[in-house]
Amino acid sequence: MTINTSRRGFLKSAAAAAAVLLVGTRPDGALAAASSETAQFNPFVKIDADGTVTAIVKHFEKGQGPATGLPTLIAEEIGLTMDQIEYEFAPSDPNVYNNLLFGPFQGTGGSTAMANSWMQYRQAGAAAREMLINAAAQSWGVDASAITIEDGIVKAGDKSAPIAEFVAAASQLEAPAEPRLKDPSEFRLIGNETVRRKDSAIKGNGQAMYAMDVHLTNQMIAMIKRPESKGGIALGFDDSASKEVKGFLSAAVLPNQAGVAVYAENTWAAIQAREALEVEWDMSGAETRDSDQIKAEIMAALDAAPTYNVNKADVAAVSAAIEGADKVIEKTFYFPLLAHAPMEPLNCTIEQTADGDIVLHDGAQMPTGPHMAYQQIFQLPPEKIHIKTMLAGGSFGRRATPDADYQVEAALAFVVTDRARPVKLVWTREDDIRSGYYRPAFGHKVRVGLDTQGRILGWQHQVAGQSIMKGTAFEAFAVHDGVDHSSIEGIADSPYNIPGIALGLTDTPKATSVLWWRSVGHTHTAYTMETMMDLVAEAAGLDPVEFRLAHLSDTSNPDQQRKAAVLKLAAEKADWGKALEGRSQGVAVHKSFGSYAAEVVEVSGDPENGIKIEKVTCAVDCGIAVNPDVVRAQMEGGIGYGIGHVMRDQITLTGGAVDQFNFPDYEPLRIGDIAAIDVHIVPSAEAPTGVGEPGTPPSAPALANAINALSGVHVAQLPMEENGISFT
Amino acid sequence: MALTLNLNGNTHEVDAEPGTPLLWVIRDELKLTGTKFGCGVASCGACTVHLNGEPVRSCQTFIEDIEDAEITTIEAVGDDKIGAAIQQAWVELDVVQCGYCQSGQVMSAVGLLSENPKPSVQEIDEYMSGNACRCATYQRIRAGIQRASEILEA
Repeated sequence: MTINTSRRGFLKSAAAAAAVLLVGTRPDGALAAASSETAQFNPFVKIDADGTVTAIVKHFEKGQGPATGLPTLIAEEIGLTMDQIEYEFAPSDPNVYNNLLFGPFQGTGGSTAMANSWMQYRQAGAAAREMLINAAAQSWGVDASAITIEDGIVKAGDKSAPIAEFVAAASQLEAPAEPRLKDPSEFRLIGNETVRRKDSAIKGNGQAMYAMDVHLTNQMIAMIKRPESKGGIALGFDDSASKEVKGFLSAAVLPNQAGVAVYAENTWAAIQAREALEVEWDMSGAETRDSDQIKAEIMAALDAAPTYNVNKADVAAVSAAIEGADKVIEKTFYFPLLAHAPMEPLNCTIEQTADGDIVLHDGAQMPTGPHMAYQQIFQLPPEKIHIKTMLAGGSFGRRATPDADYQVEAALAFVVTDRARPVKLVWTREDDIRSGYYRPAFGHKVRVGLDTQGRILGWQHQVAGQSIMKGTAFEAFAVHDGVDHSSIEGIADSPYNIPGIALGLTDTPKATSVLWWRSVGHTHTAYTMETMMDLVAEAAGLDPVEFRLAHLSDTSNPDQQRKAAVLKLAAEKADWGKALEGRSQGVAVHKSFGSYAAEVVEVSGDPENGIKIEKVTCAVDCGIAVNPDVVRAQMEGGIGYGIGHVMRDQITLTGGAVDQFNFPDYEPLRIGDIAAIDVHIVPSAEAPTGVGEPGTPPSAPALANAINALSGVHVAQLPMEENGISFT
Repeated sequence: MALTLNLNGNTHEVDAEPGTPLLWVIRDELKLTGTKFGCGVASCGACTVHLNGEPVRSCQTFIEDIEDAEITTIEAVGDDKIGAAIQQAWVELDVVQCGYCQSGQVMSAVGLLSENPKPSVQEIDEYMSGNACRCATYQRIRAGIQRASEILEA
C-alpha cells in the first residue's frame, strides 16, 4: 500500500471520502451545487462518491408516477439508465421544493407534478452532467466538448470511466448557470415505452412502506370518536366500558372539541375501545339537513336568476335567440356528493424528538399545509418541524385539504398527551366514508336552441352548487369576481366554438365539508357538456363525432385542433360507427389540466336487465408523454374512477349524518365492470401537461351517451343505478 | 390468550384476546406490514393472506380459529413458484399504481392460479371480484394473471 503524503493527494482523498455532488436550485430559482450533505442546501440530484445517483422527488407518490417520472428527467439529462437512479421524497421546504405553479407552497394537485417539474428537473440533471464532464475534462486533459456520458459511463475517445470517478472533483465546481438541455432527438428515456415504474417490485411483494406501516418505538394508536353529524361538540365522555378493552390507555377530548381521542397500545384495541366509549355531545350547532333538501336548494337555484354572469354574456339576447329557435333542447342535471375513498385509510404519525422538534410521518400531498399549521399548534419555528413523506395509498384529492384536516387532528391528539410517546392517528374505512370531505353536489340546467339547419343559436347554462375554494387559503388563487372557477371550469372556457353561450353560477349554502375530487369541476361540467352535445347532435340529425368536429373547425386555433385530433384518433381506434350487433357506442371529449382526452365507450345489454361495458377506447394528448406507459395507466385508472362512481356511488345525508358506512354501501368499481380499456397517445412536441385527472372527465359522459344510443335512456341524474340503469 | 402461529414457515408465540382479527396480529404484533388494512369488513381484499394455501380475508379471520393452520403472507408468497410468477408478471406489466391493494391482489391471484392454472377472463373476473382497487388497475391485474399463467406454463 502506498501512503500518499502530498497535500494535493490528501485533499483529493479527503474529498473523495466525503464527496457528494448535490445539484438543485436556490430559492431564487438559480441553479446551485454543493459538495456535502451537511451543506444548507436542498438538492434535486444527489450523487454519492460511489456514483449512486438519487433523484430528490418533491411530489408525493400516490400511484400517479412522479417517483418514476422525475428520476426519468434526471437520468435522461445526466445520461444514465433507469437502473442507475434511485429516488427519495424531498423534505418539506416551500422555498426549494415548491410546486412552481402554486407559488411558495409545496404540494401535488391539479395534475401538475410533471408539468411544473419538467424544466426544473431536466436543468438539475443537465447541470450535474456538465459538472461531471468538466471534472473529467480537467482530469483527462481533454476538451469538454469531446466528452459524453451514456449509461453512466463518461467517455472521450479511448478513455472511459464510471461517473463515480469524477464526483469528488465535480463537487468542487460551480453549477453552470444555463446548462445545455438535450434536444428531444437525443432522448433515450423520455418517451420510451420500455421504461418501467421504479416502485413496482416493492408494491408487489409487500415491502413498500406507506404511512400506515409506520411503527415507531413505543407509539400509541389514536382513533377519534366523532359526532354523527358534522359540527357536533364533545362535552365529555364515559370510558368505563373502554377500560374493559385490553390495550386501552386513555381518552381525551380534543382541544377543539371536534371529537374524543382514544389511545391504545394497538389498532385493534383502539377500534374496540372507541366503539365502547360513550360521549356526551352538544349537537345544537351540528348539520341537520337531508341530502334531499340540499338537492332541492340546488334545483331552486337553477330556476332563479344566477348570482354570477360568468362570461359576461348578453343573457337577454341569448334567451331571445333560444326562444326564437326551431328546436330547443333542455335538460336538468344533478350530481350527488361523492367520497374519495382512497384505498389506504387516512393516517399519520407524529413524534417529538429529544431536541423538541416535531416529526410528522405522512403520505403528504401538500407538506406546506401541515407545516404551517404545526407552527401555530406547537408554537415552533419552521425549521423545528419535519415532514417525512411516505408512499400514499391513493388520494384522488382527499389528502390535499386546505386546512390539513387529518394532520391537524393528529397534532391535537398529540398535544393533549405528555408527548412522551409517538401518536399514530388511524382512520377506519367508516371514518373515511362518514367523516370525510366530499365532491360537492352540483346541478346544471342547460337550454340549447337550434336553427332549421341544426346550428346552435344559443346555449344557456346555469350551474349551482357549493364552492370548494371560498373560505379557504386558495380563495385568492381560484376565485375571481366572486366566481369560483372550479365550479364552472370546462364550460365557457371549453375549446368548442359555441355561439351565444351564457353561463350563470349560483353558490348554494354550505352543505358539508367539500373538496376537490379527481378532476374537480370537470367531474360535472364535462358530463353536462358532453351529454348535451350528443342530445343536440341527435336533435340536429348529425353524427356525434361529426357534430363535435364542426365546433372544432378553426384550423388557426391549436386548442381546437388538439381537441379535434384526440377525438378523431379515439373514433378511428374504436371503429366509430361500426359497433358489433347488439352494441352501441358513445363518445365524449374534454380538455382539462392542459390535456385533451377523447373516449369511446361501447356497451351491450339493456338498462333493465343490465348494461355491460364492453370496451373503452381512449386517445390522449398530454404534450410529450415522459413515461408513456404511466400515461396509459393514468388514463386506464382515470376512466375506471369516473365510470365506477357514476354507475353506483353517492353520499347521502339524513339529519346531517352520512348514510353510508363502508365499501358495501359505497361500492367501488370491480374488476368485471369494464371488460377492456385501450389507450392511444397522440405524439407531441409540446411541454408535458397533466395525466392524473384528464382521463376521468370524458369517461362518464361517454358511458351515458352509449347507454342513450343503445336504449334511448339519457341519464341526467346520478348515480345511474338510482336512476333506472342496472349493470352486469 | 397465548397461541402459536405457523406463519411463513416459522412459529410465533403470540398473546392476543379471542376475537382479535388475524390482520392486526400480523400487522401490529408481528410487524409484517405488507398485509393491508382497507375496510375491516372483508369487502376490499387488501388484507388477503393464505390459510393452508387458500386465500382468506385476515380482517375477518379470528385468531381462535386458526391455530395449527399454515399462514402465508405477501412477504413469503414469492418463495413459491406461482407467487414468484405473479410478482414477475406484476413488474413486467407495471400493474401497480398506488399499490396499497396489491398485496391482496397478488395473494388472491396466487390462489386463483393454484387451483386453475389457465383461467379464462370470466374466471379471472369472478375470482378477483372481491379485491377492490381504487386506482382501477383491473385490466393490468387481468393481464398480469394471464402473463403469470404463461410464465408457469413455459
